[in-house]
Amino acid sequence: MENPKIAIVLGATCAGCDYSLLDLPPEVLLDVLGKVEIVYWPTATDFKLEDLKAVPDGEIALTLYEGAVNNEENEELARISRQKSQNLLAFGACSCFGGLPGLANVTTREGLFRQAYLDAPSNESNGVTPLRVSTVDGHELTIPDTFDTVRALHQVVPVDYYLPGCPPPLDLIGEALTALVTGDLPPKGHVFGSSKSLCDECDRRKESKSIHELHGIHELIPDEEKCLLEQGILCLGPATRGGCGYPCVKMNLRCWGCMGPTPESIDQGANMLSALASVLGLDRETDLTDEAIEVLMKQVKDPLGFFYRFTMPTSLLKRAVRRNQ
Amino acid sequence: MEATQVAMKEFEPKIVGFFCKWCAYQGADLAGTSRMKYPLNVLPIRVMCTGRIDPTYVLTAFAEGADGVLIAGCHLGDCHYETGNYKALRRFALVRRLLEQYGIEPERIRLEWISSSEGSKFAKVVTEMTEEIKKLGPSPLKEVA
Amino acid sequence: MRIGFYICHCGINIANTVDIEEVMKFASQLDGVVVAKDYRYMCSDPGQDLIEEDIKSLNLTRVVVAACSPRMHESTFRAACEEAGLNPYLFQMANIREMVSWTTDDKEAGTEKAKRLVAAAIRRVVLHEPLEARRESVAQAVLVVGGGIAGIEASLRLADSGKKVYLVEREPSIGGHMAQLDKTFPTLDCSACILTPKMVEVGSHENIELLAYSEVKDVSGHVGDFRIKITKKPGYVNASKCVGCGVCTEKCPVKVPSEFDMGLGVRKAIYVPFPQAVPLLYTIDRDSCWYFQKGTCRICERFCDVGAVDFDQKEEIIEIQVGAIIVATGYDVFDASKITPLGYGHLDNVITSLEFERIINSSGPSGGEISLKDGTAPTSVAILHCVGSRDENWNRYCSRVCCMYSMKFAHLVRERIPEAKIYELYIDIRAAGKGYEEFYNRVLDEDVTFIRGRGAQVTRLATNSEEEGKLVVVCEDTLLGIPRRIPVDMVILSVGLEPQKDAAGVARMFKLSCSDEGFFLEKHPKLAPVATATPGLYLAGACQGPKDIPDVVAHASAAAAEAMAMLDRGYVVLEPEKAVISEETCSGCRICLDLCPFDAINFDEEQNIAVVEEVGCDGCGVCVSACPSSAIVLRGYTDEEILAEVEGVLA
Repeated sequence: MENPKIAIVLGATCAGCDYSLLDLPPEVLLDVLGKVEIVYWPTATDFKLEDLKAVPDGEIALTLYEGAVNNEENEELARISRQKSQNLLAFGACSCFGGLPGLANVTTREGLFRQAYLDAPSNESNGVTPLRVSTVDGHELTIPDTFDTVRALHQVVPVDYYLPGCPPPLDLIGEALTALVTGDLPPKGHVFGSSKSLCDECDRRKESKSIHELHGIHELIPDEEKCLLEQGILCLGPATRGGCGYPCVKMNLRCWGCMGPTPESIDQGANMLSALASVLGLDRETDLTDEAIEVLMKQVKDPLGFFYRFTMPTSLLKRAVRRNQ
Repeated sequence: MEATQVAMKEFEPKIVGFFCKWCAYQGADLAGTSRMKYPLNVLPIRVMCTGRIDPTYVLTAFAEGADGVLIAGCHLGDCHYETGNYKALRRFALVRRLLEQYGIEPERIRLEWISSSEGSKFAKVVTEMTEEIKKLGPSPLKEVA
Repeated sequence: MRIGFYICHCGINIANTVDIEEVMKFASQLDGVVVAKDYRYMCSDPGQDLIEEDIKSLNLTRVVVAACSPRMHESTFRAACEEAGLNPYLFQMANIREMVSWTTDDKEAGTEKAKRLVAAAIRRVVLHEPLEARRESVAQAVLVVGGGIAGIEASLRLADSGKKVYLVEREPSIGGHMAQLDKTFPTLDCSACILTPKMVEVGSHENIELLAYSEVKDVSGHVGDFRIKITKKPGYVNASKCVGCGVCTEKCPVKVPSEFDMGLGVRKAIYVPFPQAVPLLYTIDRDSCWYFQKGTCRICERFCDVGAVDFDQKEEIIEIQVGAIIVATGYDVFDASKITPLGYGHLDNVITSLEFERIINSSGPSGGEISLKDGTAPTSVAILHCVGSRDENWNRYCSRVCCMYSMKFAHLVRERIPEAKIYELYIDIRAAGKGYEEFYNRVLDEDVTFIRGRGAQVTRLATNSEEEGKLVVVCEDTLLGIPRRIPVDMVILSVGLEPQKDAAGVARMFKLSCSDEGFFLEKHPKLAPVATATPGLYLAGACQGPKDIPDVVAHASAAAAEAMAMLDRGYVVLEPEKAVISEETCSGCRICLDLCPFDAINFDEEQNIAVVEEVGCDGCGVCVSACPSSAIVLRGYTDEEILAEVEGVLA
């Protein structure tokens, strides 16, 4: 019997997900590599799009699509991946929820270009923003058009499995690849990860969530034994799917939510917002004036950036209003 | 021709109202029982307490095309569940800031305390809010594809 | 999914501004709807039969009724569903009367809004799950708060039926305002004569535990099982030893104004408020007692033969469990000094009605003698109605009792001082009650001058010799259309009834709502005048609104009957709308623990999850909307159900 074919396709990604694949323990990686046939993985070797297009439809057992869908090329790759694959897995936070690139949904393509190519202080800009068509030495060159709105993979094509994380946790990658090579894939729609939030696995001491002051991680060295949120540190763990082994929290850093919402959640950001606002100022809630509440809530400097760091394109509102730029 | 007529017709905002069953919903009932006339733009949904109102509901309302959201419950100190409305107060202070970042005017979400005996206040709030949203125009999210 | 949709005309109440046909047509096209029908009155027996027959013959699995507010008939239609074998919670109501038809004259817009509410109800009902209401037993005791005539009446009715009653009164004696009154209109019975036998009965009833000089401090629990904490204030006299001889009071050197006599008489620091007090137990008022204030005296202790005085007595906390509560905290009177032009507080011989009740009472401070400050009898008296009532500046409502007691005063003055000039200044005479109009006519025949006009000012500034040395009442005679100045010796201000000063705090503790005026709100102004929005909590007497004595007694008896019926049934049905935490998704983050207002969430350390204690949960849903991992569900109000409504109204 032939080894199952796999493809690893890159959308709007930093390629960090690729590095996770290479970080797999050698025994797992080599075992898997020996049992599959890689038909497309441009990060690893010199595959061309034509190679992918040449595979007959439905021939690929599993395609890992990493990154969000942010331009025409991403979308084309997503469609081809779907067409060629029996199973399509959204690989990493960007692919699952839009991820960090998804935060571009606070603005439009024009706004994005202006910030990236003109306004950013680190730019040595010559005042040029990307043009879809340009002429160089008499040759017409085209680059894929960037979209106004960043989307997650499932907002473009149907997706069979999700493996969130930024980057995706090694254990979960191992679990997914092992499932493939053993022919024991879970039911469609499965999300690799825990069915509970991060707090379930986090072994920090938890007492009372009633808090009134929030701190940035640069403002104090947190007690390593105690729940970060209870110390006033905005940890997104309570609203984030577990299964990652909480490496950030172990390093005394807060959870940023890259594993996305828990199974029953409708909107990760709204969930965390509601939880936080419920406990913030709780112990003296009946004494707070409207102004005091404002002050309390303004401690969350950037609600959208905090609550939806990885999930803005799949949030209920998906993107910000297009203003006249 | 028909399209122009539609466009000419005054904008009738859709406002989703979340009312606690102990105070605001009863206040709304009283406005009706007292035959007070007010604009029909607020679409009432009964909940146990303003503290039950998940920010998710407000976001869903806007995502589904609401032009405004009215949340009304018992006066502070009068909550049937003691302090549910204090939770609502804090949550929606933060929700408003979030909505602003999404580009939705904070005036589109309004929190009011209306007791079961304040039918006239209910009618007044609904009338005011409808006027205010008419001035603001349709939800800017509707322009988002 | 087989949904039956029913729409009510409510006569013309709905049909006038909602196009019934069109809403029905609209509903019949929605997913899952297999039958759509209308009826003139859905809540009537034939209307309910229509639903019940359809459930059986069409195998309906869900029912939606578009009619009035669910507060009116949700229970009616749920019962109809249950009758036909459908779980009552597989039902949803769309409120198209209070929320739609009654609020508009625009039929097109009304129809449109009705459709939206119908669409929401139909989308919601699809997601309903069958629920079971729980039955809990009812504690066979009732707490009555307030020992005025309302509390006394309610306690006696309950106790006579064999129910255990805890009657809490914050003053040292029960009796309330009625004990201060002289005669009662229109029959002129002596107030004390009809009240004291009832007070004595309360004091000696085997089923009544009277907790005087006590206050309710905390209320928790729910209908059938309320847990109450009561503080019994120290009176520094041992109840089991005191024989009520009164020697202590006689010997006590401290004199302070008597509250019972409206400050017109004096009492001692150790006292009973009035001779007929129940319990007849002497109380030391700490604030005026020399021993407590200055450290020496203890004369009372020395003279007490039985050794009942106990300066070391401490506040006591009593915890009780009751199935029902009757709040009978009564009223306060309007503070006449707020209306400066009427002179109360700075002009002699301007008094309030309650002060006059004490003055005219034969056991009052003046022995029933009507006299002016200088000791002489007045030759003319003006009685000003509506002081603080029916007045945009103060209370807009009518206090209901002032017309009648004002005319009672006229009668009593005439009785004591036959030659006196008596004026009644009124806006309207309200004499609606059994024998009241007759009493009005009787007083009219007693040479009393009725002037239709509100007393605007009381002044000592004389403009002619006739007014010299008199109180001049200035008013507009609205029948003659002229301003008048009436010189008199005494002015009685008929002050209106107001909520008790601390009514808002009491409301908070018992979770009562207040009306605009601050009186406690009944469940329904006509059909449930003693019940409240909180099951098991009833109102009796003037705390719900101004009432005269016969109405208070009737109201209190009704409250007792409601409590009795509930206790006799023996069980209460607890609504199934409770929060439930999913073991599969709860991660033990503990956000919900501090949020529950009823401390009904416990933490299971072993499983590392939070658990809702079902009996304690009141279904508010605060924990549900705070749960960051959406692990808590509120049965009957799930996220999915509410969001289905959101989508429905916007569809």
